[in-house]
Amino acid sequence: MNDEFRYLLARAARGSLDRRAFLGRAAALGVTSTVATGLLSKAVLAQGPRQGGSLVMGLQGGESTNSLDPALAASQVPFSYLKVSGEPLVNIGADGNLQGRIAEEWTASPDATEWRFKIRSGVEFHNGQTVTAEDVAQTLRRHSNEDSQSGALGIMRGISSIAVEGDTLVLQTEGPNADLPFLLADYHLMIQPNGGFDDATAGIFAGAYKWVENEPGVRHVLEKHANYWDSSVGHFNSIEMLVINDSTARNSALQSGQVQLINRVEPRVAGLLARAPGIHVESTAGRGHYVFIMHCNTAPFDNNDLRMALKLAIDRQDMVDRILRGYGSVGNDMPINASYPLFDESIPQRQYDPDQARFHYERSGHSGPIQLRTSEVAFPGAVDAAQLFKESAAAAGIDIEILREPGDGYWSEVWNVQPFSASYWGGRPVQDQMYSTAYLSNADWNDTRFFNEHFDELLLQARGELDQTRRKAMYSEMGMMVRDEGGLICPMFNDFIDAYNDQITGWVTNPNLEMMDGLAPVQMWSAE
Amino acid sequence: MKGMTLSALLGLFITGLFFAAAILAPWIAPYGMSEIVGDIWEPSSADFWLGTDNLGRDLLTRMIYGGRNTIFVASAATAVSFCLGSILGFTAAVYGGWVDQAMSRFNDLVMSIPTLIFALVVLSVMPVTLPILILVMGLLDSTRVFRLSRAVAVDINVMDYVEAARLRGEGQRWVIFREILPNALSPLVAELGLRFIFAILFISTLSFLGLGIQPPAADWGGIVKENREGIVYGIPAALIPAVAIVTLSISVNLVADWALNRTTSLKGGRGA
Amino acid sequence: MHPVLKLVIQRLALGLLLLLAASVLIFVGTQILPGDVAQAILGQGATPEALANLRSELGLDEPAFTRYIEWLSSALQGDLGTALSNGRDIASSIGGRLQNTLFLAAVAACISVPLAIFLGLLAVRYRDRWPDKLISAITLTSISLPEFLLGYVIMYFFSVQWGLFPSVSNINSGMSFLEKLNAVALPAMVLTLVVLAHMMRMTRAAILNVMQSAYVETAELKGLRRFTIIARHAMPNAIAPIVNVVMINLAYLVVGVVVIEVVFVYPGMGQYLVDHVAKRDVPVVQACGLIFATIYIGLNILADVISILSNPRLRHPK
Repeated sequence: MNDEFRYLLARAARGSLDRRAFLGRAAALGVTSTVATGLLSKAVLAQGPRQGGSLVMGLQGGESTNSLDPALAASQVPFSYLKVSGEPLVNIGADGNLQGRIAEEWTASPDATEWRFKIRSGVEFHNGQTVTAEDVAQTLRRHSNEDSQSGALGIMRGISSIAVEGDTLVLQTEGPNADLPFLLADYHLMIQPNGGFDDATAGIFAGAYKWVENEPGVRHVLEKHANYWDSSVGHFNSIEMLVINDSTARNSALQSGQVQLINRVEPRVAGLLARAPGIHVESTAGRGHYVFIMHCNTAPFDNNDLRMALKLAIDRQDMVDRILRGYGSVGNDMPINASYPLFDESIPQRQYDPDQARFHYERSGHSGPIQLRTSEVAFPGAVDAAQLFKESAAAAGIDIEILREPGDGYWSEVWNVQPFSASYWGGRPVQDQMYSTAYLSNADWNDTRFFNEHFDELLLQARGELDQTRRKAMYSEMGMMVRDEGGLICPMFNDFIDAYNDQITGWVTNPNLEMMDGLAPVQMWSAE
Repeated sequence: MKGMTLSALLGLFITGLFFAAAILAPWIAPYGMSEIVGDIWEPSSADFWLGTDNLGRDLLTRMIYGGRNTIFVASAATAVSFCLGSILGFTAAVYGGWVDQAMSRFNDLVMSIPTLIFALVVLSVMPVTLPILILVMGLLDSTRVFRLSRAVAVDINVMDYVEAARLRGEGQRWVIFREILPNALSPLVAELGLRFIFAILFISTLSFLGLGIQPPAADWGGIVKENREGIVYGIPAALIPAVAIVTLSISVNLVADWALNRTTSLKGGRGA
Repeated sequence: MHPVLKLVIQRLALGLLLLLAASVLIFVGTQILPGDVAQAILGQGATPEALANLRSELGLDEPAFTRYIEWLSSALQGDLGTALSNGRDIASSIGGRLQNTLFLAAVAACISVPLAIFLGLLAVRYRDRWPDKLISAITLTSISLPEFLLGYVIMYFFSVQWGLFPSVSNINSGMSFLEKLNAVALPAMVLTLVVLAHMMRMTRAAILNVMQSAYVETAELKGLRRFTIIARHAMPNAIAPIVNVVMINLAYLVVGVVVIEVVFVYPGMGQYLVDHVAKRDVPVVQACGLIFATIYIGLNILADVISILSNPRLRHPK
């Protein structure tokens, strides 16, 4: 690499030479555009984030029914705009460790029942008010209230008192809870003035971007909050989120340069999209998993032999290959994988075994078709996955009858209602939360109707256990129980697949949730 | 068949070919309908003439079975809508007065609710089986046929030859089937071809919304949908069923066009 | 009173009555939608007390007739209520979307209706010769393709490959008329292709039908040019079926474009309605249903009136 090229590269990285001109001059010096592009993006990264420019995102998962009330957020678009406009107490970093946001630091009592959070001073809401410990307390109180219908209600149930001492928030939990700060990183718990009791849908938060325009289901426009406390993030001047629910339309918008960042690339076309010039496809192994769930208390699924037969009759690797195209990993009939802290690697992997499946099926005494309900919305490829399941089960002599349900109403009429259906889970930051949400006997979303007293006891014990080795052993035992007795058939853990074009840069792998845990828009920056 | 034009013969031949493939599906399909035989989206080869689909099933096999469902449902639904729609439409036009008003306004009422929304509501209350699918499609479509056949029949009904028939003392049934029907046939036949295509497209829209034929069975529209993500990357799996729909549509309409010409000359226009 | 005027007034009165009947149908229809509104709002974790509270808050425990009267009277005053799912005022949310839908429909109609009639006339003029066959084949192909496929193919070429028009038809109030036209170019193109064939074929068939009449022969014997005969003598007598088909397709452009809206991410009524049906948001579904029904019935009356005016035998009954 000669000096002239190095000079050009530096100028291009600083932005004083535009990209096209740089590539042209590089070609004149005999450097191919692939090499030049690669070097340029490295140089840009080394240069550090550039301020300014605007970001346009194309996102799946928005409806015209979306609300700005963080309590009601449930799909990807509200998740994205809350992550960008809101500020939580803490975040879980890409490395799995906690990062203080509104909370500057925190300590627990030795028995892990009292937690104290010191509130950062000088953080400002979008309306100019200063964030106080009382605002934080009120926010948590609103989400604890049944009336708020908050998606974080389950998390808040374990908190028995919320108090303020000067600039410190004091939380008491009902039992010991070693994971509490992780739970408070939930995206519903964005701090609002007076906790949002005055107007939860006002869109006033303390995050890096403030609201300009809100057209639910169409587009959301935000601009930089000038007095944002953390100067290390929030590089774009403005962010526009377009709701593009159709996957082909989303890919086309990225390829034609109308948007710079998209979520939810279909695994089937991820490889094809990555081949397009100037497009980067990022796949991130996460905790989300695609499942088929059986109600353990409903015939014929109340018979463990039948459940075991179905678990053995699914070809997990084939599903990962065909449905995820390799963008994922096989599941093991428990909701936990290696992305979780305290995961026990020694639990044996269940394999596709039609002979064993036939053995258990015959022992269950069941005959006739088993109805499996599925839908396009259950998870991407759910209808296809059900057909693969039907084929692999047929080899074991089990007849699965597929009922495709309309996407409209699937989550209210089918999931958690019908005894055998397709579904997905986004995963949770820690094992305790995943199990408490869906496997505890009295959990709100016990969608496999799994009732096991010993399991419940273990879960409560593990929650207060500060010795990590003992805790890991408990989680391992619980995992085995779900795997061998539960109603969960978990064929695969999916990767998050997002894509951006080379007008922006600064991607960092973050396994928590899609789009760098929703923080891609505040952490990435303009490349031109 | 005498005097058939070359294009009509071609249309009839291709239509016949499609129908034959539909009827003989289990015997001519090279693989099982939902059998997974290869990798995803393989290009066409000696083993898989049209390549494989989004799950690695043989596309030719899927096309043959899919054509069977598509042709059966579309034909049945079109038959229902035409029998019902045209007879009721003629009746309304011939009787006139309050009968016409009542029927037309009721028809308008049903039509004023968007078809798709109507179908969504009905199909979410009732189980999605083939007979129900056909009935719902046929009934919803018959409103369109009713409107057209009534409009055509009203014009014919004021013609002198109808009046002459009435003066001869012919009954309403005679007027409908012997005077109106033959004279209204040409626009109706032209419409029939289109309605058949619309029926195919309507099933595919229902499949698009998850209410159509249950998997692993499929219709052509459903196969387009299953493979649509490949379109913008040059994978032809979604285009093949589309080409099949287009070919069948054009063939059916070539026959319909010929029938249109034939009926108009039957009517004995000038020079006859 | 002139008999035609009487007929027209009769149609208008009937239209209003029909609208009333449609409102009843919509109201009853939304009541039989599966699923409970209160349950849908509160979701999985609903307690029985919360459900009961919400039901009484929404007035779901009142008799249906009372609710219908209240709904209709406030709707007549322009108050469509608030959406259950996000608490926004329905009239103001719908306003912009209805405008967008009508805009797209108008653009598509302005292109497709004249084009369809012109092509229809052309096909009759060159009947059974190559222009007729070509027009037939092209329009048949366009109508036989599923809309979303047509959308993707057009999007692939015009946007991804050639970069002529945006693939995302995102329009907002801040855009100029030309910018809006540019934004809706692709969906309007697809819609035109979708509705063109139906109208063109009906024009052709209806005109061919009257080409057999004695007066056309007279015109021919007078030595008039063939295109003049078709356009001036045959066409007016074929108007009734043509207007009917045009009307059906116009209504389709307004109420049936859900799929196109999804593909091109166009912020119109269809997507809005489907989202709210999914959430069991009954007030919104009722409001949309009422608007669609009004548009539909309006177009219907228009078609009827034009048919009446165009038929001399109806215009001057014996």
